[in-house]
Amino acid sequence: MPPRNHSLLVIVPAYNEEAAVGGVVRSIHEVLPGTPVLVIDDCSADGTQAVARRAGARVLALPHHLGLGGCVQAGYKLAFELGYEYVIRVDGDGQHDARDIPRIFEALRRSGCEMVIGSRFVEQNGSRTGVVRGLGIRFFRLVLRPILGKPVRDPTSGFVGVNRSALQVFSKSFPLEYPEIEALVVLQRKRFRFVEVPCRMHPRAAGRSSITAARSIYYIVHVLLGVFMNVLKFDQRAGLRTPRPPRQEKPQRRHPWTAF
Amino acid sequence: MDRLLNVLTVLSGALLLSVLVSVRRAHIRVEYSVSWLLAATALLLLSRFPGLLQAAAHGLGLSYPPLALLLVIGCVFLVMFYRYSVILSKLRDDNIALAQRVAILEYRLQHPGDGQPNA
Repeated sequence: MPPRNHSLLVIVPAYNEEAAVGGVVRSIHEVLPGTPVLVIDDCSADGTQAVARRAGARVLALPHHLGLGGCVQAGYKLAFELGYEYVIRVDGDGQHDARDIPRIFEALRRSGCEMVIGSRFVEQNGSRTGVVRGLGIRFFRLVLRPILGKPVRDPTSGFVGVNRSALQVFSKSFPLEYPEIEALVVLQRKRFRFVEVPCRMHPRAAGRSSITAARSIYYIVHVLLGVFMNVLKFDQRAGLRTPRPPRQEKPQRRHPWTAF
Repeated sequence: MDRLLNVLTVLSGALLLSVLVSVRRAHIRVEYSVSWLLAATALLLLSRFPGLLQAAAHGLGLSYPPLALLLVIGCVFLVMFYRYSVILSKLRDDNIALAQRVAILEYRLQHPGDGQPNA
């Protein structure tokens, strides 16, 4: 059984996920008993809140619909204010496998990286993506490679863990619409590091993705613009950065995703 | 040309009047009405004083004054749209921050024991 750790909070952003969110919360409790689970309800029109509460989660209820980024950032803000050291985000649609949470948590604690991404492409694990999404992922890998200075296999993954340093940054500055890719660049701006660990991803348990085929073009343009705006801010803020404190454990520089 | 200027006079007068009425009824805040009032006044002046329009056309290197009129109207509304995009973006950011704060405060009222995860 994984160690019970009160410094970890699992957040579950959810919007109209009453069919899936209960199972997601229960699966997290099975894997990490005693670990608090916070469902952030993005003003769902269905019974997401009630289902989440019945499953044993606490609920942060947004007064109106903010979109994924605003929803996740609300969770980060609360976690930061409550003093949590680590936060792992699990989507409320059942795509992420709760059994991978301990791996992300261990990577967060041991690597010293500010962000750990649960990636479906680090190892061949049978996870499948649609054609459009697959092309988008390949495209953004190419775009992000020179910006981040290292490859990222699964830049659109929402299965993400962050430590308190990243929480502090994200509490103040977090992309509000399609956050996953831009968040990487926000971290890069601060010279924070990330590592990818292999994770399983399942098809959605219920509901539909917010990124439909028709919205893909808008998504790509929006995210590209956000990425390049963040790149421009990097130089502007470079002189304001404070030196990073020394770390006890040095991260593996070569292909760090193979370390876990 | 005269008919076009007369139409513009009526339209800019109507715009001026409707903005003033909206401000009076508190449908538009005073600070957001200023740019509309300035734009309407500028269009009214251009339509009532053809000399101004001729000068504007000459300054822009246009031989046909109505074209200058269209250009001025287009520029005025581009500036207005840009200005309101900036205002909308700020309002949206403020709105999101406020909604998050309300949700967090409500949560903390419901769960006063939270806040010391390492205790």
